[in-house]
Amino acid sequence: MKKQYIFNFVSKFKLANSISLFLMLASIILVLFKGLNFGIDFKGGTLMELRVASDNVSIGDIRSSFSKLNLGDLNVKEFGKKGDYLIKFEMKEFNDQMNLKIIKETVTNNLNTEVNFRRIENVGPKVSTELLNSGILAISLALGAMLFYIWIRFEWQFSLGSITAIFHDVLITLGIFSLLSLEVNLSIVAAVLTIVGYSMNDTVVIYDRIRENLSKFSSLNISEISNISINETLSRTVITSVTTLLALFSIFLLGGSILKGFSFAMIVGVIIGTYSSIFVAAPILKYLNVSYKTIEKEKEKN
Amino acid sequence: MLNFTKIKIFFIYLVFISISIFCLSNFSQIDQYLFKKKINLGLDLQGGSYLLLEVDSSPLQKRHLQSKVIPLKKKLIENKIKFKNFKILDNEISFNISNDEINKFEKFFNNKKNNDINLYLDKYRSYEFDFRNINNRILISHSKSGIINLNTSAVDQSIEIVRRRIDETGTKEPSILKRGSNRILVELPGVKDPERIKELLGKTAQLSFKMVTANTSEFGNESFILKDTQEKIIVSKRIIITGDNLIDAKPRFDNINQEPIVAFTLNRLGSQRFGQATSQNIGKRIAIILDNEAISAPVIRDSITGGQGTISGNFTFQAATDLALLLRSGALPAPLSVVEERTVGPDLGQDSIEAGVVSLFVGFILVIIFMIIKYRVFGIIANIALISNLLMLLGFLTLIEATLTLPGIAGIILTVGMAVDANVLIFERIKEELRQENSNNIQAFDNGFKRSIITILDANITTLIASIILFIFGSGPVKGFAVTLSIGLVTTLFSAYYISRHLTSFILFKNREKKLFS
Repeated sequence: MKKQYIFNFVSKFKLANSISLFLMLASIILVLFKGLNFGIDFKGGTLMELRVASDNVSIGDIRSSFSKLNLGDLNVKEFGKKGDYLIKFEMKEFNDQMNLKIIKETVTNNLNTEVNFRRIENVGPKVSTELLNSGILAISLALGAMLFYIWIRFEWQFSLGSITAIFHDVLITLGIFSLLSLEVNLSIVAAVLTIVGYSMNDTVVIYDRIRENLSKFSSLNISEISNISINETLSRTVITSVTTLLALFSIFLLGGSILKGFSFAMIVGVIIGTYSSIFVAAPILKYLNVSYKTIEKEKEKN
Repeated sequence: MLNFTKIKIFFIYLVFISISIFCLSNFSQIDQYLFKKKINLGLDLQGGSYLLLEVDSSPLQKRHLQSKVIPLKKKLIENKIKFKNFKILDNEISFNISNDEINKFEKFFNNKKNNDINLYLDKYRSYEFDFRNINNRILISHSKSGIINLNTSAVDQSIEIVRRRIDETGTKEPSILKRGSNRILVELPGVKDPERIKELLGKTAQLSFKMVTANTSEFGNESFILKDTQEKIIVSKRIIITGDNLIDAKPRFDNINQEPIVAFTLNRLGSQRFGQATSQNIGKRIAIILDNEAISAPVIRDSITGGQGTISGNFTFQAATDLALLLRSGALPAPLSVVEERTVGPDLGQDSIEAGVVSLFVGFILVIIFMIIKYRVFGIIANIALISNLLMLLGFLTLIEATLTLPGIAGIILTVGMAVDANVLIFERIKEELRQENSNNIQAFDNGFKRSIITILDANITTLIASIILFIFGSGPVKGFAVTLSIGLVTTLFSAYYISRHLTSFILFKNREKKLFS
């Protein structure tokens, strides 16, 4: 039986792949030349979240009371509710002449009002390098482990396809973070790893169906098989993306300022991940000349 | 796939109930048996301070190397090896020997048994020291494993002292753990301002009493500037007593001028030595050295044989209290420095809990509504599976007494979003099977479950791989995210494979001929 499907995805592969290639290149250029806005977790430095009681304190007052202390590169911004500020500065290591206690006392005296230091984080240079390395290691290991799993469960062509899709997702997510100068910290690494997991999940569902259909309709070529498989799994792809996005938007809008970056990265990743499992992972199988024979070989081997 | 024996149904719900019942433990006041288990709130939610301390091993290396100088010289003489230009640097001993004697030197220096100079560390399969030979000059320094070994033992000693110092401040339930070979992780729940604890941990508190001499020669003596009077004094290197000889120390006010002082009590050995030294040196001065600083050098007026003494030094009462605390808890073998610090105030923690709970609730409701609209009766089944999934997840977290962090809550919300995926895969597959000609309800449902389960497994295992790796390499709050996500995936599989399958078959057998799924 051969059914007419509503969407002809395969005909859009060329266009989609050109867009993907362009976005990936743009992301590489952005990450290389504009760079990523690393937070203190990876760069080292100090972060303070504070709340001032008085209405008369402006962001300028806060900036000047910190800049007097010569703490290196300083960044002050409003954060969440009115009167809440997030301050980041370069100084990583403290001593008897300059430390958190002195900073807190001086700032409180300068502002001449009650200051509630709600959060203080300080990451030294050694730790930040280690955190960055272990973050990169974690992402690479996760990719490697999945590559291996897919290779065992499917064929090498599928493994290559899914990894390309994941690279695509991670790269473009980083590109967007670079473009918007959003902060990359530990929770973004967690988000990226979850995106990796989610995108893989999506790809596996489609690949599973392609594999099944390859042995079912041996007369059809891979493009037709891809189109059938994508269409068959489409409603699942859409529904799962919708429920996941519902949960993520609720974190993004209601989960407080600390989870904003994390949930934003996840939202971007889920959208790109869904797109890539259709428009990146599937076409790769075509380029690698996958056919029912690929599957047959596997069966013979067993 | 759709037939459930009574015994199977019984076990499915037994597992479900016995795991999810632990949720209740978090609300119960009973603190006995299994009900004592509760989910802990991470520092980011309950407020508190996280400090990562690193042992500075360079003074340790120096001291350890210096302790080897005399035995090494003895051993060289014993083996009749002539050495020239013996030099001691901070991290290296060096000397010249003749070419013929290098083998002899190597023989005793790299000897695995009874080697009291260069210990062989079985654990690392390496010696404490390495030596290099550059033009007959022997250079001895710590091997990599030797440094790790020094650090490890310093950390092990320090942990106990860190704990005592923190306990003295009255902090409740601190967690003090070893991290790697040279770090200590300190978590202080509820501590809003860790400055005082940092101050206390920043001092090694190595105390020693030494005699002030009139002899000005460099050999065997060292000079100090007295902290209270800025006077320069020459002190003999010979130690009379150290902080190790102390059994107690308390802040006091001096009877004569009401100045804050520290009164100490010595152990037996300490009392003996102190008694001997003070009775032999009446009229002379004794210097009190703390962390390479001379705090005071009082004149000995009388022999002190009772093992009781005092330390004065222009202290404020706070300083005397701190010094007494440090002396009571013992000296750290090496200085500790804070390499990472994260402190969250209690009000921010409370805000985060509220935000987390609200977003969890809203996300949950949205997903539930969406599923009912999309799948009607089966949406309700998916939702029951989702709720039982959540209950099991919370029960599991309670059972292992996991620490819930803000990213951990995000992990739960994400599980809610992704958990329905398993059910969606099943239902969509069943719908497809129903569309095929000449297939009846039961066949379609059966096939639907059979075929989708492979996909569900593949898809969830890949995500599980990512979250386990995140757990291993993640740090702090991120670990909490990995924990909830991993457990969430496992409970998702259980609830989709057993609970929703059972409920579906239940509905199916009630409505055998009806058209299900419109």
